[in-house]
Amino acid sequence: MYRIVEKKRLSANVVQMVLEAPLIARSIKPGQFIIIMVYERGERIPLTVVESLPQAGLITIVFQEVGKTTRLLGKKEVGEELFAIMGPNGNPFPAKLYGDVVLVAGGVGVAEVVPIARALKDTGNNITTIVGARTKDLLFFTDVLGSISNNLYITTDDGSSGIKGLVTLPLKELLDTVHIDMVLAVGPTIMMRSVANVTKSYGVKTYVSLNPIMVDGTGMCGGCRVTVGGETKFVCVDGPEFDAHQVDFDELMQRQKTYIEEEKLALKLLEEGNG
Amino acid sequence: MAKTSRVPMREQEPEERIYNFNEVALGYNEEEALLEARRCLQCTKPTCVEGCPVGIDIPAFIALIKEKRYRDAYTKIKEKCSIPAITGRVCPQENQCERSCVLSKVREPIAIGRLERFVADYSAEEAIDIETESSRDKRVAVIGSGPASLTVSSDLAKTGYHVALFEALHLPGGVLTYGIPDFRLPKDIIKREFEYVLQLGVEFIPNVVIGKTILLDELLKDYDAIFIGSGAGAPVFLNIPGENLLGVYSANEFLSRINLMRAHHFPEYDTPIKIGKKVIVIGGGNVAMDAARVSKRLGADVSILYRRTREELPARLEEVIRAEEEGINFMFLSAPLVFSSNNGWVNGIECQEMELGEPDASGRRAPIPKKGATFSLKADTVIIAIGNRPNPIISRSTDGLKTGRNGEIIIDPATGKTSKVGVFAGGDIVSGSATVIEAMGAGRIAAMSIHRYLTTGVW
Repeated sequence: MYRIVEKKRLSANVVQMVLEAPLIARSIKPGQFIIIMVYERGERIPLTVVESLPQAGLITIVFQEVGKTTRLLGKKEVGEELFAIMGPNGNPFPAKLYGDVVLVAGGVGVAEVVPIARALKDTGNNITTIVGARTKDLLFFTDVLGSISNNLYITTDDGSSGIKGLVTLPLKELLDTVHIDMVLAVGPTIMMRSVANVTKSYGVKTYVSLNPIMVDGTGMCGGCRVTVGGETKFVCVDGPEFDAHQVDFDELMQRQKTYIEEEKLALKLLEEGNG
Repeated sequence: MAKTSRVPMREQEPEERIYNFNEVALGYNEEEALLEARRCLQCTKPTCVEGCPVGIDIPAFIALIKEKRYRDAYTKIKEKCSIPAITGRVCPQENQCERSCVLSKVREPIAIGRLERFVADYSAEEAIDIETESSRDKRVAVIGSGPASLTVSSDLAKTGYHVALFEALHLPGGVLTYGIPDFRLPKDIIKREFEYVLQLGVEFIPNVVIGKTILLDELLKDYDAIFIGSGAGAPVFLNIPGENLLGVYSANEFLSRINLMRAHHFPEYDTPIKIGKKVIVIGGGNVAMDAARVSKRLGADVSILYRRTREELPARLEEVIRAEEEGINFMFLSAPLVFSSNNGWVNGIECQEMELGEPDASGRRAPIPKKGATFSLKADTVIIAIGNRPNPIISRSTDGLKTGRNGEIIIDPATGKTSKVGVFAGGDIVSGSATVIEAMGAGRIAAMSIHRYLTTGVW
């Protein structure tokens, strides 16, 4: 169960893996996520599935090595198995016909947005995608998103590829110049918050895919709770996509930092070989 | 014979146990069990059995203890209860079998739970002969692996059915595993009892969320009957300002991090827990006691905030006493109004003083705010333990499954039948949070009616 059948490094710390998970491969839909445990003593962490092959019983995940769990996952090789994969969790993103759609992606959000982009293309949307990274070497999947999108913009903080600046730069230009029916932002919370702030003044419907801390992923713990439109929602069962203009991003960003000290300690011990 | 009082059970001393997660109650040894068993009057019309939701033949197994036939006593219990080492520990016997023991009218009732536990632990290492009926060609899917599901699974496996037990988490046991701390129910006990269920031939399928990974209607194509025992896993929050501050946990999250993910062993285990020096637990049930006692063991100064008085605490008296012995402070007639914070972290609670008014729908006197009487408390961790609702995943994703106001699945209590043909349900998903043994009782009823349905074909 849960064997790794393929592994590929997409950038210095972003890894793509193909895993055996037949039940998930046949049931997962764009926008949903899975929970994995690398080994028995490990954490349960949420990850997004980029692609699923129901016939072959395979799913593809992309993750960034940031903390102990993702580092351990990155060390796993083809042929090895993961302890647990559970899913799909959350709700599918409603891939209906919106019209002119702008997708904004950063970090591993670039991978997460791929299945939604495909579904939106299939339903006939006109898709513009903006991909942002700090620098050229951190970019990946631009070819994949380029082939799905009608227009693709790349931004880098240092200008080493595409437009120099943040994703909000081309987004503002688009909002000023063309008609947009819907914006979806997937990536670091701070990026999603910026996107939400920009689109709000234009009154354009905007969704974000939230990534809080989770334990079970089935609505049992409430660790992933977030305030949306003044109400507490559980991202795992009510989301993960929400109306960006209703989300309390400050609260979410604060909650994401709950275990920052413990995360640092775990990583330090791992690096010292005591993980 | 009954003139002697019940044999006390040895316990870890409070000053010792607050520093470890080892079991508090140590159980009877052989000598103590024999002494206690001899108190049993062996009534010809035993009322204790009526008090047991799964109908264990209590006088019979106690008689076998008296004869030192412990293994036979174990087999006798196992006829009706697959997990006696668990029920012997967590059943509220004082409200069940022991309450209906005739001795309780004149003096202390027989310590049935302690004897059950003794027998189960005594025979722990011994393989037990399992009598199962010859195999049948019908297949049953059981959803969730808590006490209701374990009962349904073992009953039906013994009857010869192929049983597939689906669990969303990576470990079996449901609330027994994620909810009940080690010091009340050690994990190796759950493991041992679960091994027995597997020995009966039950197929265990973890990491599968019915309603997500596989829809209930898809499952109905592959199985002849389904039992839903997915529990009351959705935490209830207070809906007061500041509830999403850092340091505010649902009891479910707090206890899952510890019991399921072993966060008290961080960094040996990867899941962390953050606990301050001053912990306030809100609520008065068994879950609140568990959360408070776990917090104590993690080194905190702990208070329980409850809006009624000690009299109305819904927790087992035994657990309340143990919490008191462990130095947990109880603040009665107090309700939280708002949480205060510093840098995003909770640092206090503004509270309302309450008084008791007329009895409410639950029959208990209703707590009423005392006008103008508020006070504030310091807290750097708050755990909300005010209850759980049925998990909504299955009902939300299934057509034709009738549910009630709180999302509980509606059944015919006499049979466990839901509104959907071939689908049965029982335990907390039907009743809301209740006890392990009540869930098992519901499982027993459902198992019998599933057997009837599968043999007659009549719904």
